[in-house]
Amino acid sequence: MDFLKYAVELVAVLLLALGIKGLSKVRSARSANQLAAVAMGLAVLGLLINYLGTTGISAAAWTWILIGTAVGGVLGAITAQRVPMTSMPETVALFNGCGGMSSLLVALAAAFFPAQLEAVGLVAVVSIVISVFVGAITFTGSIVAMAKLQGWLSTPAWMQSKARHVVNIALAVASLVAAIKLIADGNGTQGLTLLVVASGLLGIGVTLPIGGADMPVVISLLNSYSGVAAAAAGFVVGSQLLIVAGAMVGAAGLILTQVMCNGMNRSLVSVLFGGALGAGSSSGGGGGEYTNITSCSVEECALTLEAAERVVIVPGYGLAVAQAQHTLREVTRSLEAAGIQVDYAIHPVAGRMPGHMNVLLAEADVPYEQLKEMDVINPDFPATDVVLVLGANDVVNPQAKNDPNSPLYGMPVLDVQQARTVFVVKRGMSAGYSGIKNDLFELANTSMVFGDAKKVLGDLLGELKELGVGKK
Amino acid sequence: MDSSFVEFLWVLLLGSLLGLELIGKVPPTLHTPLMSGANAVSGITVLAALTAIIRSGDNPVLLILGSVSLGFALFNVIGGFLVTDRMLAMFSRKPARKENR
Repeated sequence: MDFLKYAVELVAVLLLALGIKGLSKVRSARSANQLAAVAMGLAVLGLLINYLGTTGISAAAWTWILIGTAVGGVLGAITAQRVPMTSMPETVALFNGCGGMSSLLVALAAAFFPAQLEAVGLVAVVSIVISVFVGAITFTGSIVAMAKLQGWLSTPAWMQSKARHVVNIALAVASLVAAIKLIADGNGTQGLTLLVVASGLLGIGVTLPIGGADMPVVISLLNSYSGVAAAAAGFVVGSQLLIVAGAMVGAAGLILTQVMCNGMNRSLVSVLFGGALGAGSSSGGGGGEYTNITSCSVEECALTLEAAERVVIVPGYGLAVAQAQHTLREVTRSLEAAGIQVDYAIHPVAGRMPGHMNVLLAEADVPYEQLKEMDVINPDFPATDVVLVLGANDVVNPQAKNDPNSPLYGMPVLDVQQARTVFVVKRGMSAGYSGIKNDLFELANTSMVFGDAKKVLGDLLGELKELGVGKK
Repeated sequence: MDSSFVEFLWVLLLGSLLGLELIGKVPPTLHTPLMSGANAVSGITVLAALTAIIRSGDNPVLLILGSVSLGFALFNVIGGFLVTDRMLAMFSRKPARKENR
């Protein structure tokens, strides 16, 4: 029986590792995800078989297993199917938070019932402390991240000030005191309660001040934490499989976080402790009122597009919010039918999460080959007739290249200003995520088309039809 | 407990090293799906929740605590894998259609 258990566990670990590995290649990603799901099923099956063969599983246990499975599984499946593609980042944050909650609850169970779960001794208590601490931070942090992305929460003013560091340090110290008390006493409800509350509040305090643009990095980091929490839970219940899988996710999540930071040209430290980008740096060259704005009608935009040979679309979060990807696809279809070359310039952090725009445009049937990464498309802008910027802002701000005083300085951007004509579709003159003025809008070759992306694109489609673009 | 603890530490070390090596270069396109997929894997705490339920000795509080934990973990696992699949399905569909043209 032991042999079977180890065999199943080894196969499960192998498949999980291959799954995570495969997820980093476009070609193999989908089957890799399915492989990981199979591995997870195998691990659960292996655990059930092992217990059936040794201690047995009581009727009451089966009942509660089925209840938990039914509720969690059904809710998970419904959420996964229903959630719109635009709110992917929030969804990942929500799922991640629940994983952290699960580790937290298991650790609490082990703390209250050490005899049943064989969680006695120093190692067990330390593992419980780690699991509770990391689990609680993961849960509250992920929920705050989700709420911020959904727009349910905004950062209170005092959270932007230095005072938040004092509060967070106090919370961290309180968690540490609770942890030491727990370890010294062996156990205790008082210490446990303090630990749960302090680490939960710490999760909120650390996540709340972080700006929306940096949220993906935070979610990735919290994802890594939930792996650590799972590994700690593995120590609590004595499961090697849990430890391996948790450690794997923890480490891989850390690497992914680093990769994402590199894409945004931000260091992890500045994301975590720097607060919202631009919020504290009013002295920089970023501020100031707009002068010299040229706005134009949809009709003019259509006429310019008709005369173009090469058009590049720059999608941003505004496009996602307006759910305009399908309308955009219709516009580009008629342009393509007229023999105009259309490409999409995808900034690494376009939208609210890396890869977000790719997902949205793929949903609207945009051929994968037309999505060009920043380094590929940037040399092409001087030879481009028209650039259509749809709800993107900071990723096309030339300040990042030209103004060393700008908070954006150094961030890789799309050089759209080098194209002959730039149209920026935007709801109003409000600033982007960073709150920084965009010099692009004042350039002579830039025209603003004000309005909701979906409405503007709909009108544009009508104008193009009237002009007979793409009709044979 | 001591010898198994050392064994666990080895497992932790090797698992972490494996995780560090698994992801090298990831195209930005895949950042969201990869994060989502890895997140689903972190729901492996289902195993801990199941263990808590099975070893509960029919203690009602422990049964319920384990069951709630299982629910949260499965929400993460099933939701995570399905949503990742939904995202990736959109990518993999494209090349096939192109060939048909």
